[in-house]
Amino acid sequence: MILVVDMNFKKDSLGFSEFVSPIISLAEELDECVAKHYSEVRQEDARNCGKIILSGTALKDNATLKQTEKFEWIKDCDKPILGICAGMQTIGLVFGGRLEKCLEIGMTQITTLMANSLFSSSFKAYSLHNYSIQPSPDFAVLAESIKCVQAVKHKQKDSYGVLFHPEVRNKEIIQHFIHAI
Amino acid sequence: MKLGVLFSGGKDSTLALHKAAEKEEVACLITLVSQNKESYMFHTPNIDITTLQAEAIGLPLIRKVTEGKPEAELKDLKEAIAQAVKDFHIEGVVSGAIESVYQSQRIQRLCNQLDLWCFNPLWKRNQKALLTEIVAKGFKVIISGVFAYPLDKGWLGKEINMELIEKLVLLGEEFGLSPSGEGGEIETTVLDAPLFKKKIEILDYQAEAKGNSGVFRIKRARLVAK
Repeated sequence: MILVVDMNFKKDSLGFSEFVSPIISLAEELDECVAKHYSEVRQEDARNCGKIILSGTALKDNATLKQTEKFEWIKDCDKPILGICAGMQTIGLVFGGRLEKCLEIGMTQITTLMANSLFSSSFKAYSLHNYSIQPSPDFAVLAESIKCVQAVKHKQKDSYGVLFHPEVRNKEIIQHFIHAI
Repeated sequence: MKLGVLFSGGKDSTLALHKAAEKEEVACLITLVSQNKESYMFHTPNIDITTLQAEAIGLPLIRKVTEGKPEAELKDLKEAIAQAVKDFHIEGVVSGAIESVYQSQRIQRLCNQLDLWCFNPLWKRNQKALLTEIVAKGFKVIISGVFAYPLDKGWLGKEINMELIEKLVLLGEEFGLSPSGEGGEIETTVLDAPLFKKKIEILDYQAEAKGNSGVFRIKRARLVAK
């Protein structure tokens, strides 16, 4: 089962259908899927699922970045995690990284720096963010744009982050995460 | 949160309005009247009917005419949104974008420049599911423009119902059309919806087509009790 974590500023928000539903639609084709708002996710939710995807949010929505204590469960989680946009920023902060201003809206050129199971080479992706992260040394940088870090992976865990939105363009990245990780 | 909805009077922006009103406070509608028939952003055949629709819903309408030159129309949209901020204190904008990155990235940039939230509640929705939802929710929607083969004059003015959706889906499979007209294949006009306190009655219209391009132009209409 895949747990899709709704990262929007409040439960049942107008952002759910834009940022969570498209991920559920893709994930449901491959596995059973359950969605939960971040404020309600507990350690046992992570234990009871096979994989976890953290959604993105509206550009102005930085709620999770100010509440990283609600994501402490990520540190102990041994399940594969994919953080998208705000999801990647939040994972980065939880592990001691720092936010870095990086405004990108629209199609962005992404360059792969390190071979990985999600994507390869150079490709265009849909971006919608005000910040990227400078990850802690626990993470490897997998990809970058001309402006900032675009994808990371924890060196010891299957915790991934992508700053762009694969549910909009490059859906195969979500499929690879579900199938190959 | 007070929101302004980008409103063309078609099914997508009306459904986006419906969804926004379920979660937040919609303070006004914003319509750009493009004089450019080729505009990817705003052109739609019965844009003037938005005045009547806004009255039917009971929401104020900010209406701005634009020449519709590709980037200048964004400046006009920005001014219209800024007007909504000034007059109605909106904190965010809602659009009915489904698939168009071209459209959504431009609206996202404008909202960012104006420090506003931006919501696209129909984003990436399955098009058949979206059409079905419109019918299930009791929207009365007619086809007011056709712009792709094999659609022709016979489609103009037709109400979207389950039978018509099935036909559109089949045409989508056979000819690569987007069933909901996301690629500009069809345009629609909403005559009634759950948020409408009155419905629109068409008194006079003109349906004209040349091959696979045609419009159903509402010449006179009025509001009547539901």
